[in-house]
Amino acid sequence: MVEVSSLLDIGYLISATLFIFGIKMLGSPKTAPKGNMYGALGMFVAVIVTVLKMQLSDGGIEGWMWIILGLGLGAAIGYWMATTVEMTGMPELVALFNGFGGAASALVALSEALKVYTSETYELATPIFQVYHLIPILAIGASALVGWMTLTGSLVAMFKLKGGFTIPFTEKWVRFPTWGPSWLNYVKSGLFLGGLIMIIMTLNDPGNLGLIYGIVGVSCLLGILFVLPIGGADMPVVVSLLNSLSGIAAAFTGFVVGNTVLIIAGSMVGAAGLILTFIMCKAMNRELFDVLFKAFGGSTKESLTRTKVGSDPEEVAMVLDGISKCIIVPGYGMAVSQSQHLVKEFADILEENDVDVSYAIHPVAGRMPGHMNVLLAEANVPYEKLIEMDEINSEFSECDVALVIGANDTINPAARSGEGPLGGMPIIDADKAGVVVIIKRSLSVGYAGVDNDLFYEDKTMMLFGDGKKMMTELNSALKEL
Amino acid sequence: MSEVLGIFMTLEGFILSLTVFALAIFLGFELISKVPATLHTPLMSGANAISGISIVGALLAANSGEANTATILAFFAIVLATINVVGGFLVTNRMLQMIRGKKRGGN
Repeated sequence: MVEVSSLLDIGYLISATLFIFGIKMLGSPKTAPKGNMYGALGMFVAVIVTVLKMQLSDGGIEGWMWIILGLGLGAAIGYWMATTVEMTGMPELVALFNGFGGAASALVALSEALKVYTSETYELATPIFQVYHLIPILAIGASALVGWMTLTGSLVAMFKLKGGFTIPFTEKWVRFPTWGPSWLNYVKSGLFLGGLIMIIMTLNDPGNLGLIYGIVGVSCLLGILFVLPIGGADMPVVVSLLNSLSGIAAAFTGFVVGNTVLIIAGSMVGAAGLILTFIMCKAMNRELFDVLFKAFGGSTKESLTRTKVGSDPEEVAMVLDGISKCIIVPGYGMAVSQSQHLVKEFADILEENDVDVSYAIHPVAGRMPGHMNVLLAEANVPYEKLIEMDEINSEFSECDVALVIGANDTINPAARSGEGPLGGMPIIDADKAGVVVIIKRSLSVGYAGVDNDLFYEDKTMMLFGDGKKMMTELNSALKEL
Repeated sequence: MSEVLGIFMTLEGFILSLTVFALAIFLGFELISKVPATLHTPLMSGANAISGISIVGALLAANSGEANTATILAFFAIVLATINVVGGFLVTNRMLQMIRGKKRGGN
């Protein structure tokens, strides 16, 4: 039976191969859906192989109840969450799933730690310990440090993406704070160093569970303090980095339980996630170091001293009459108000009147890269009409009207000055259009906390109100023309 | 103890695992280079689902007849990892279906 069990390891090789092709294919639009299928298939193979291996080992599976109950419950919850989530809530869900992955790795490490340290054979085995026998002990500590940090960090990131939370048993909505004085970086460094020292201490004193719980505590705190100072606009980068961390946690757990597929898949996701983080940083023209350690936005919000008279939809409809080119600039406000279908209807009306309509997509519009693409796709906007920032920016000078719906920081000309929280971030040149129509609830500052000069320009028409309501009124005003 | 330590009872086993670890990291670095912004979120979400591979570790850890703390922790690990895996692949699929549906609508 031993040979069969060892042969099953080939299954892990198949599974790892499927993961490699899966990730590779997810990077290209044509092959992405297939890539996702390959990934899922690889995971299915890994689970089946593991269950078979356990059944064929001496004594077979002893914990059937736990395994079936756990898989069933997890699959039901996962299915329910993934299928019921609104597309606007998708970024938060990815952050939450990521936290669960990190927590699972950390829990496995803790479970193994309890087993090792409470087993009698452990006492017997200690004298014959070789240096390489210490690896699992080291891995338990490392997995705990990375895993719990991933969980708490992801939870904070999720609440930041939501913008806040409702206090339980009350109706009160609280905005999630962004807080991080510069001295906090020393606290974080100190905690991280403390965690590393405790991991090294477990090598001399592997039976000491107090040390393990110490690492868990330090790690939980680190995750919170790590994400707390980072502004919502940078959250995509943070979630991507946390995704990389959850992969690394899984790889460390692989060293704990001595399983190669965990090591391969975990370290591969860890490395690929890190590269994706850098790609995202580049799209935002930000340095990863600045994102993580220089508090950005939220903490020092500019107070507003200027006012602007709002326009009404009829006025805007008249301006739109007879134009030849219109570019729509969507932002998070469109996602929140769920007005993508109305935006599509707006574009349809204009196109019937021979207006050239396209959409300018900022790489970080919304709360996730690609967020706008998914929403507009849901509203059946043709793919080729969504144009990325770099390609469309030159077209604004010949564009009659730019319609900005729920975007702020991504069109703020203050970013061009190279100073302030937005300094250096590439923006959509909406201000170069003939007339700029901005649909927004108020003049309030965006995530970066910077006032937007564009709002106050003479050629700018502000439509103050909820995106859905304003688009509905604008569309009916257009139809009446 | 031997069951827990598994392949690390030999020096060869450990070196082999370390080799696999290092090579997989290099592979991960090379695997993605130019990714269009549209696919950043689905790629992140798909990779995240794959990091739910800790489901394998959780299954191994839960294989115990005793209902002690270690087994209960492993049970929760199975639940969380399965949510990550099932939910992660499904939500990625939903995102990708929309991107694909959009292309069909356009042609």
